Amino acid sequence: MIPPEFDYHAPTTLSDAIALLDQLGDDAKILAGGHSLLPMMKLRFAEPAHLVDLNLIPQLRGIREEDGLIKIGAMTVENDILDSALLKEKASLLPKAVKWIADPQVRNRGTIGGDIAHGDPANDHPAIAMALDATFVLHGPSGERKVKAVDFFHGTYMTDMAANEIMTEIQFAPLASNTGCAYVKLKRKTGDWATAAAAVVLQMANGKVSMVRIGLTNVADTAIRATKAEELLLGKELNEETLREVVSAVAEACNPAEDLRGDIEYKTAMAGEMTKRALLDAASQIS
Amino acid sequence: MNAPLKDREAALMGMGDSRLRKEDARFIQGKGNYVDDIKLPNMVYMDIVRSPLAHARIKKINKEEALKIPGVLAVLTAEDLKPLKLHWMPTLAGDVAAVLADEKVHFQMQEVAVVLAETRYAAADGKEAVQVEYEELPVVINPFDALKDDAPILREDLIEKMEGAHGKRHHPNDIFTWEAGDAAAADAAFVNAEVVVKEDLLYPRVHPCPLETCGCVASFDPIRGDLTTYITSQAPHVVRTVVSMLSGIPESKVRIISPDIGGGFGNKVGIYPGYVCAIVSSIVLGRPVKWIEDRIENLSSTAFARDYHMTGELAATKDGKIQGLRVNVLADHGAFDACADPSKFPAGMFHICSGSYDIPAAHCTVRGVYTNKAPGGVAYRCSFRVTEAVYLIERMVDVLAQKLNMDKSEIRKKNFIRKDQFPYKSAFGFEYDSGDYLTALDQVLDAVDYKGLRAEQAAKRADPNSKSLMGIGLVTFTEIVGAGPSKICDILGIGMFDSCEIRVDPTGSAIARMGTISQGQGHQTTYAQIIATELGIASDLIKVEEGDTDTAPYGLGTYGSRSTPVAGAAIAMAARKIHAKAKKIAASLLEVSENDLEWEVDRFKVRGNDDKFKTMKDISWAAYHQPPDGLEPGLEAVHYYDPPNFTFPFGIYLAVVDIDRATGETKVRRFYALDDCGTRINPMIIDGQIHGGLTEGFAVAMGQLLSFDAQGNIQGNSLMDYFLPTAVETPHWETDYTVTPSPHHPLGAKGVAESPHVGSIPTFTSAIVDAFAHTGVTHIDMPHTSFRIWKELKKHGLNLN
Amino acid sequence: MSKKLVSMTINGKKVEEAVEPRTLLIHFLRENLNLTGAHIGCETSHCGACTVDIDGKSVKSCTHLAVQCEGADILTVEGLAKNGVLSAVQEGFHQEHGLQCGFCTPGMLVRSYRLLQENPNPTEAEIRAGISGNLCRCTGYQNIVKAVQYAAKKLQETAQA
Repeated sequence: MIPPEFDYHAPTTLSDAIALLDQLGDDAKILAGGHSLLPMMKLRFAEPAHLVDLNLIPQLRGIREEDGLIKIGAMTVENDILDSALLKEKASLLPKAVKWIADPQVRNRGTIGGDIAHGDPANDHPAIAMALDATFVLHGPSGERKVKAVDFFHGTYMTDMAANEIMTEIQFAPLASNTGCAYVKLKRKTGDWATAAAAVVLQMANGKVSMVRIGLTNVADTAIRATKAEELLLGKELNEETLREVVSAVAEACNPAEDLRGDIEYKTAMAGEMTKRALLDAASQIS
Repeated sequence: MNAPLKDREAALMGMGDSRLRKEDARFIQGKGNYVDDIKLPNMVYMDIVRSPLAHARIKKINKEEALKIPGVLAVLTAEDLKPLKLHWMPTLAGDVAAVLADEKVHFQMQEVAVVLAETRYAAADGKEAVQVEYEELPVVINPFDALKDDAPILREDLIEKMEGAHGKRHHPNDIFTWEAGDAAAADAAFVNAEVVVKEDLLYPRVHPCPLETCGCVASFDPIRGDLTTYITSQAPHVVRTVVSMLSGIPESKVRIISPDIGGGFGNKVGIYPGYVCAIVSSIVLGRPVKWIEDRIENLSSTAFARDYHMTGELAATKDGKIQGLRVNVLADHGAFDACADPSKFPAGMFHICSGSYDIPAAHCTVRGVYTNKAPGGVAYRCSFRVTEAVYLIERMVDVLAQKLNMDKSEIRKKNFIRKDQFPYKSAFGFEYDSGDYLTALDQVLDAVDYKGLRAEQAAKRADPNSKSLMGIGLVTFTEIVGAGPSKICDILGIGMFDSCEIRVDPTGSAIARMGTISQGQGHQTTYAQIIATELGIASDLIKVEEGDTDTAPYGLGTYGSRSTPVAGAAIAMAARKIHAKAKKIAASLLEVSENDLEWEVDRFKVRGNDDKFKTMKDISWAAYHQPPDGLEPGLEAVHYYDPPNFTFPFGIYLAVVDIDRATGETKVRRFYALDDCGTRINPMIIDGQIHGGLTEGFAVAMGQLLSFDAQGNIQGNSLMDYFLPTAVETPHWETDYTVTPSPHHPLGAKGVAESPHVGSIPTFTSAIVDAFAHTGVTHIDMPHTSFRIWKELKKHGLNLN
Repeated sequence: MSKKLVSMTINGKKVEEAVEPRTLLIHFLRENLNLTGAHIGCETSHCGACTVDIDGKSVKSCTHLAVQCEGADILTVEGLAKNGVLSAVQEGFHQEHGLQCGFCTPGMLVRSYRLLQENPNPTEAEIRAGISGNLCRCTGYQNIVKAVQYAAKKLQETAQA
């Protein structure tokens, strides 16, 4: 219940934050929303000697459209994503999905950047970001770099981000009109991580799939794009036969860990079921 | 003064009134007084070092690093408790339990050492710094394995003692073998039976998990030699007696206070090592010591519930009339038998398992066994082992109905104890006080349009493309609560009576104290309502106090739905003593004989003369001002009530579920709960209790589980996994009632708060199995998670993927 | 460990104290300020018994550091009543029997208060989702929903008056 001692830093600029992280190295951890890190520290699973709180850096928050891209500051809290009129209009997958993350209080502090950077395969934003074909903007001592969502996750708690880097923004192209999107999440109760979840972005032309992206949550050691399933959907109708093939392809892509939510057979089957439901939901939005 | 009768009754807000609660004011303003709210001057904090291993010898405990941490005052182990002979303590079940692990640990998270520090944070740091070396021993997790010939011996301290508290132990890991009923008669019923059904039923290990964890503030005053302990206890007087026995401090110098308690549900009945260590530490340091456990500690080390491996058998005629019942149970008690049962009953009231049915011959055997798990078990929102008993019989009746292709309501009607058979002596020797099951069942079936539901189900079953399976669950349970007659019910030798003391003051208000302790059941309100009706004093004017052993008369506490049956009766009897004295005073004031008086709501009046009366207010003043000759001044009474019998509330529950064939998720479409608790004191409070009990039942049936891997690591012991439903998952509950008063209770009241938990759990299983019944499935063990249900769907080719 | 000076407003009163960085806000409230309304029911941020209102947002104070509250405006259950007059949510919980043991109640009240500020006329489903970060073991939530509906109605009547 009680975290170990640590030194607390609350820089007010991005460059100060980066300098601190660079100087403190592995002894420091970023404090974003704190709802992954603080519980771990209270159980003494993590014992960083320094916390660098990013909550006082205003430039890290905010949702805007600029240069043809939607740009979300990494420290934007979940409830701001849920309530964003811009996202409801141009990237409704996010507000739709965030509804299923945690609970109202946690969503007032939890950030999209924290959810992504933690590298937890159970978190929801990685698969959503993949479905949006998003890019993450990272800032470090040597400047800015961008990494695509599909390239960012290397393993459980292992991402492309270095210890002296900070994620500043999540960027993606707004969804074209007449794009369907859905996030379907099977969970044991409100606030639980996914037993399996699927994020889908879909376009159809003449009743056939013209573009589709499928991101899967918590069915492998990272979030994954179900690329084989996407490939076999292109140019096809969404009928029983194609959906059966999609479910098979999803099953092949999965590698879930057995836990109290279910065994491998169940989670694999549920990954397929969530994908199927997300595809049908997305398709129903397309006229 | 001469307001209409109706208005005078309403002004009392007495029995039957859904009056708002008197205790709410402090809770809604954040001024509750829970144990962790208590701060005493010079207080220190205690934290507990726990074993990471399920079965191991302790080789070495190194306190050095911990003692270096600023603020840490002391580290205590079993070695430090040995000279006081407090390293082990007696349990409520006639066993002994380690206070701090003595040379070996028996379960993961067992208490090994305590750290005392100036601050909560320093105590936590100190705990991390204590170094313990272990030598692992082979672990026993499966209770069936515990009884094998080559099983590792868990209780080395009992090797010499093959005679346990409940008779012979046939194996080193054996605790007891207990039986009830008539084995010969039961066997005879099975020999030539036309139909026999048998089923294995698991009641998995769960935990009551109240929102407030356990804790205490122990404060020994070295100058006065008094020990005061604030404690999360459902039985403060029992704690006082036990603490006195263990510490040697006279009971008159021990004060136990249960302040506001954030839910008990049976979790706060037992005496935990944390309490003992805090008390010892306070005596040794001469300073108050606070110990509050974490949630993970609560789920991992305080008393679990259930863990009964049951096999049930019914013998019946081919028309479905039950002739015999046989039950065998293997009870997993963990490392120490810390079951909180009346001492003569190591399996509690499990022998209520003949249920609401007229079964001529029955027998049950329960065998208790040790494993490397936390000790227990307790009655989680039920009377002792009644959840297990009701689950057993209700499942078996369903299994029999299925075998005979009989409707579940029809087979119950056929076997019900009839109204005219009460008081009814069961094959296990219980005398059920009253019941009218048939009226209640018909009321429920009408209310839900049972025929319509079955028709809908048939249509859905005929449609192979239906996306869900529909199930209808029915349970018609009888509970046994209100422990109990002291001839058969005692806790550590103290009879299970309860008590009430009422003192009316000169200006007509009253203070009353009882031996029970509310943990949310609303005693401050309902008890006042009883007295209001008995004495004609507005319930707003009656202050009810519980929980301070210095002032409350001795009682056995609140659990097993015993408060209304036992303390409620004591309240009525105490009030009637005052009522009798008041009548004498009134007669004297009115200068008539007592025979000329009649009682009307709030006054004694002269028969036939509405203008000649004395209210209780008048009488109260007179009692102190100028009592009549021959009468003592004052107006008070105390009553200790030894119940002549248990009470037997009953209920009819019906649930409709729809199971998603693709995911295994179960949606509770409808849940109809009819309860009969006899006389109803406050319908609003009853409904609140029903909602709460049904919700806890829903949690148990649909998701709660404490499991262990092969190494004895406990799983699911935090709120991340332990299923406490939010408002989103929790179904909407419909409540209904009938009233069949208890003939032996002064108020006719039976107690109700645990019925919804006892009855709802098998209702969910009944509904889910019913959804599968057309495929021949007769039983599915809990918890009914979507994962487990989906596996069942797949097994029968019913899954839609 | 060196302490940090932190100042904030709690229930309208300015507060300034030196705390260790690791001091959780729930402990700061309960131990340093004796505001024992908010409770601790778990250590994994699930139960919500510790819920308070920080700068107009519901937050689980067990998952928040006191040092993060510099300059913050905090409302706890002790601050809901104004001049001895109970707030609408407090009245609603009493009228509709929305509490039993009372342990979840402070967190429920502060959350319900903020829920109605954000959504003055919620449906039952919105209420249930709105309090899904607050666990209760006693009531089964049914009367809590009614309590919030009572409060919503009262606030609307007051606003119209």
